[in-house]
Amino acid sequence: MNTIAYLGWRSVLNRRGSVLLTVLSIALSVAMLIGVERLRNDARDGFARTVSGTDLIVGARGGQVQLLLYSVFHIGNASNNLSWQSVQHIAALPQVDWVVPLSLGDTHLGYRVVGTTAEYFARFRHGDDRALVFAAGRAFAPAPEGIFETVIGAELAVRHGYQVGAKIVLSHGSGGFADHGDKPFTVVGILAPSGTPVDRSVLVSLEGIEAIHVDWQGGAPIPGVSIGAEHVRKFDLTPKTVTAAMVGLKNRVTVFRVQRQINTFADEPLTAILPGATLQELWSLVGVAERALLAVAAVVVVVGLAGLVAVMIAGLGERRRELAILRALGAGPRHVLGLLMLESVTLAVVGILCGLLLVHGLIWMSGGWLTTTYGIYLGIGWPSLSEWGLLGAVLAASVLASLVPAYRAYRYAVADGMTIRM
Amino acid sequence: MRFCWPGAMAETLNIERFELAEGERVFLRGASGSGKSTLLSLIGGVLQPSAGRISVGGQALDVLGAAARDCFRADHIGFVFQLFNLLPWLSARDNILLACRFSPARRARLSQMGVLPQAEAERLAARLGLTPALLERPAAALSVGQQQRVAAARALIGAPGLIVADEPTSALDAELQARFVDLLMDECAAAGAALLFVSHDARLAEHFDRVVELADINQATVREVA
Repeated sequence: MNTIAYLGWRSVLNRRGSVLLTVLSIALSVAMLIGVERLRNDARDGFARTVSGTDLIVGARGGQVQLLLYSVFHIGNASNNLSWQSVQHIAALPQVDWVVPLSLGDTHLGYRVVGTTAEYFARFRHGDDRALVFAAGRAFAPAPEGIFETVIGAELAVRHGYQVGAKIVLSHGSGGFADHGDKPFTVVGILAPSGTPVDRSVLVSLEGIEAIHVDWQGGAPIPGVSIGAEHVRKFDLTPKTVTAAMVGLKNRVTVFRVQRQINTFADEPLTAILPGATLQELWSLVGVAERALLAVAAVVVVVGLAGLVAVMIAGLGERRRELAILRALGAGPRHVLGLLMLESVTLAVVGILCGLLLVHGLIWMSGGWLTTTYGIYLGIGWPSLSEWGLLGAVLAASVLASLVPAYRAYRYAVADGMTIRM
Repeated sequence: MRFCWPGAMAETLNIERFELAEGERVFLRGASGSGKSTLLSLIGGVLQPSAGRISVGGQALDVLGAAARDCFRADHIGFVFQLFNLLPWLSARDNILLACRFSPARRARLSQMGVLPQAEAERLAARLGLTPALLERPAAALSVGQQQRVAAARALIGAPGLIVADEPTSALDAELQARFVDLLMDECAAAGAALLFVSHDARLAEHFDRVVELADINQATVREVA
């Protein structure tokens, strides 16, 4: 066995050019397979971790998945708002424990601004019922003192080096068109990383959102009207509408009743969703695409292994005399079989390992970009159970593939014997 | 002993009796296509005779299984071929040592003699006129003459009882041919190994104890067509 390993190694070294390319193609295909799998699982994990502790999410009448995406994950935009009266009505329902309204629409350097109440910090839960933690500072104070105070997520703080006390300017809409430059906000708190979209959020009070828009109308500043930050407190800053509201119930058993009550609310068409159930609906939608992606990745792996078989078989023609020499030295056909299988499987294993390294390297390099752009957190670490399964399948496929050149070499070894054929 | 290739109409070999004594040096002359390679494969145990029996060093090959015959070949027979004796991507030294890698018996005999395979490879190489610098070169970088001497050293290392040389000189020029045959004979004598030298070239026959014409001993009616 030692001899076989030694010969295989030396022979591979001799053919390192084609061998490297083969290993590379396997590495790329494995990286793709594992990348897709990790993307899929980490995306699901990340989504599932974000919605915890909230029983219902209420928004204007519309798609359930859409409401979940824009309210919790900050993906897409609301097509309609719900009125403040409705929020107060829901808060007054006997089954409801708490309501945290959310007002979205503005941004800071591409990070979403979330107008909410200070209760948000107490009610928001992620992962296994974990609350948000302040890495520095405190929550914004209630109006009117805290109108221009803001709490920012960990990632924004790290990326832009914001400390408590920093002044930031919000942009209207998704940014780039108009700034609320006349009313800067002061960072009073920085949250610890939670692995949720909160890390990329700028949290301000609902009154703050109202305040920066008092001299705006229809999405643009009113020409000739400018109301300074010092005067804005004289206005009634109670919001007229909000984007969505998170609702906690006193008793979860009543969740369907409350949902029905909200969905049939007479004064305004509303939609209430159970975050967990809607997430499942989302998965069943994207599941088809995920499986298709995984299937494509699997096909790419098969192509990689086919390349390995092709390279090994192409090499066999030249190696027939090598095999005859080994036969004369006392190698049996089974040694030849072992040599060829060992070579192919070793190349496949090296390819798999390189693929894993590659995928981790890519995650390491592009992780921040993926997170800011798509809100997906990819973890670096040992393969998950499902990834081990995929790797095992690739390995098994490579053993099967290695049989093709190995069996051919075996046939040569039996037929040629010690006779050197060209 | 008879041998017939599977599917062939007639026998390739039908040899009543052919013997080498211990340490004897025999020149077996045969034209190409006369069944020489087949005979050598039979002696090496790569092929099995259709009838009759082959013994090497007192061991009947037909009672051994295929794997045991491979093992036996590694332990007791050293082969030198016409061309392409060496693995081109191994150094000359590693090519010589390859014979020991496949054969525990060769290693055992060396350790009985109290020498390491490395040292023995260097000694044999030096006796065959290969400098230590040449030993480190990849086999592909050696001249044909040097390659043949490396092949001889590989056949000889670990003192197998029988050296089989199949046209080992035909790629060399006349002067090198004679020198190589002399070297091979000397080393076989020193190691106490019998030498079966197969060639179509009768000019080399004078060096040997005995000359046998394959055509004389082979009674097969139809000759292999090369």
